[in-house]
Amino acid sequence: MSMEKEIHTVSVYVSNKPGALARIAQVFSRRGYNIESLVVSPAFDGHFSRMTIGCSGSADGLDQIIKQVDKLVDVLRCIDHTNDGSVVKEMGLIKLEVSSDARSEALQIAEHYGCKTIDLTDQSMIIQVVGNPDKIDALEKMIGKFRIVELVRTGKVVMSRGNECT
Amino acid sequence: MPNKIEEGGQALIKCLESEGVEYIFGYSGGAAIPIFDALVTTENNIEFVLVRHEQGAVHMADGYARATGKPAVVLVTSGPGATNTLTGIMTAHMDSVPMIVVSGQAVSWMLGKDAFQEADIFGITMPVVKHSYLVKETNDIPRITREAFHIATTGRPGPVLIDIPKDVSAGPFTGDLRAEMDLPGYRLNTDVDNDVILRISEAVAKAKRPLILAGHGAMIAQADDVLMALAEKANIPVTSTLLGKGIFPESHRLSLGMLGMHGTAYANKAVCECDLILNVGSRFDDRILGQPDSFCQDATIVHIDIDAAEVGKMIQPQIACVADAKMALEELIKHVPVMEHTAWNKHLDGYKKAYPLKFKRQGGLKMQHVIDEFYKQTEGRACVSTDVGQHQMWAAQFYKNESRYDWLSSGGAGTMGFGFPASIGAAFGRRDDIHICFVGDGGFQMTFFELATVAIHKLPVKIVVLNNHYLGMVRQWQELFYDDRMSGVDLEGNPDFVKLAESFGVKGFNLRRPGDVKRVVETALAYNEGPCLINCEVEKTDNVYPMVPAGAALEAMLVEAPTQKMAKPTGST
Ligand SMILES: Cc1ncc(C[n+]2csc(CCOP(=O)(O)OP(=O)(O)O)c2C)c(N)n1
Ligand SMILES: [Mg+2]
Repeated sequence: MSMEKEIHTVSVYVSNKPGALARIAQVFSRRGYNIESLVVSPAFDGHFSRMTIGCSGSADGLDQIIKQVDKLVDVLRCIDHTNDGSVVKEMGLIKLEVSSDARSEALQIAEHYGCKTIDLTDQSMIIQVVGNPDKIDALEKMIGKFRIVELVRTGKVVMSRGNECT
Repeated sequence: MPNKIEEGGQALIKCLESEGVEYIFGYSGGAAIPIFDALVTTENNIEFVLVRHEQGAVHMADGYARATGKPAVVLVTSGPGATNTLTGIMTAHMDSVPMIVVSGQAVSWMLGKDAFQEADIFGITMPVVKHSYLVKETNDIPRITREAFHIATTGRPGPVLIDIPKDVSAGPFTGDLRAEMDLPGYRLNTDVDNDVILRISEAVAKAKRPLILAGHGAMIAQADDVLMALAEKANIPVTSTLLGKGIFPESHRLSLGMLGMHGTAYANKAVCECDLILNVGSRFDDRILGQPDSFCQDATIVHIDIDAAEVGKMIQPQIACVADAKMALEELIKHVPVMEHTAWNKHLDGYKKAYPLKFKRQGGLKMQHVIDEFYKQTEGRACVSTDVGQHQMWAAQFYKNESRYDWLSSGGAGTMGFGFPASIGAAFGRRDDIHICFVGDGGFQMTFFELATVAIHKLPVKIVVLNNHYLGMVRQWQELFYDDRMSGVDLEGNPDFVKLAESFGVKGFNLRRPGDVKRVVETALAYNEGPCLINCEVEKTDNVYPMVPAGAALEAMLVEAPTQKMAKPTGST
């Protein structure tokens, strides 16, 4: 078994039933998988939910997890999107401590990453970034020269390209 | 009795009846009173069996299901009533046994507020059920009941819990008793992929030393006829797991009996030497693998299982077929040629002669002797349950099963206390058959209070207490692997089991000497005024062989007592 830790992106399409999330989470934790990020939201018709789970652990372990999640009664499908070229996006909000003289430099960096400024005060600003998780990581590094007061990331969401379903 | 359905509880009883439920095993209590009331206010033909402990109820439902193939229902109250079912639910889940557990619950508006006898049984049982429900609307009861039975009995079966708050079961019912299921996520893999079948048949046709491994999945799929036809057509020897016992007659010339930790030497040697293993519905449990890495290293491994998540879980097969075992074999047999395999079968017959299962009929009384006598006198036709321990393994070795549904034993969970109530459940389902329940003195004391249940219903259960005054299996491990340092295994203070039985109105016999075995077994089998108990005072320190130390390769099997000191086993238990 390969012991190397990888970050995986898994999507779950699931009936919107009480307990469904707990059942899915149990499969991951039982097999020693760390859930790094989790996004749950209603699918467009309301009876179903979409989950995107970012997790880490060995690749062969994940294969078992996918099968076990897939067989849960409430789960319609569970797919591993790791390295399959799917669209992966995340949003982040970053609150910075920036005095007015440093503001323009901060804004320059933010602009480079396509961020929006959401809130602005004399001492602080909140910027919003959208993109794949790597991009947010990079921004975090760059903007780290200012004091980051708070940083909140939504966790990634995934969608397959073309006719493939998620 | 009025036949009007006015309340949730009544709707539930009607739905259970329409699912064909014959028995509800259970125990009453406050939160379940509306359901118990519905049992008497609703016209129905379900028999309610009042047990003496909720664990007894779950194992009875389990035994009933294993012995009949049909699900039974457990009905308990909230809080401690519900938590007392946990071990039984886990036992059924590990062995893929269908079952519906209905628990009463505190009223909805008190949930999460530590109401009297509130326990989050929905949450507590989540890892050990196939599925579960917390019912919020009275009118959902028919849909949920229908779904519960469908889920419990199809695909890979398992227990389903339905937790019903008291206000929901007592609430007015205005819904439709024939409500449809709504299970978009529940997909069954029963279709057989013909390409895969062709690949399997080619591999089987090429094999020189093929072996069939039959597991519980073959039993659940009722694949016995086609399994027999296939084995005979191609002269392939068959070994079975503990739970597969009886899916192929163990007296058949091609049968190698059970494999694994305490399996026959010839079955384990066949596994080591085969060049193809055709696993039909076994999940490659660690008790049969020995050491996964060295299991069937040079053989082609074929795995047929209805549960896709079993494929590659323990062993990576060369060919996998996710399908119903019976349907898969019915396709496979069309393509597998007639074969003889004379040399291979002769070779294995040699092992059967060299390493027979044996015991001494002289000296102290042996468990094996008692079990063997029951086997001979019933010709392998009784429905046999066991508890867990040495007696279980000897029963597996010496009570050879002739047909399916006649072997009830807790395999995956190894639950002590299972055997006796399971036998009671089986006897409810098959009142005209002989039921023999082999129990240890330890395990019997975990659920013996069901003597009341078995007596009240005058069930034909022969309770064979194989009394070695020890937690024998643990003592065996301590003797072999821990320098005979005994710790926590001496059952001093055992009751007089015959007097105990008689105090419940159950006939009791004592058996002490090998010379009496034949006569006492005869008497017990001839006794037909209900249950009886046979207390067998057996040798205290006998050990079960063959034995593969946990975690060791099958090749490391001990066929008899080791002469040198053994290292501590590396396997899980
Ligand atoms: C509920 C439970 N507790 C503990 C065990 C561990 N255990 C396995 S076998 C065994 C000994 C059983 O003793 P007994 O019922 O007398 O049967 P014997 O082995 O002596 O035949 C024990 C304690 C278990 N399997 N189940
Ligand atoms: Mg004992």
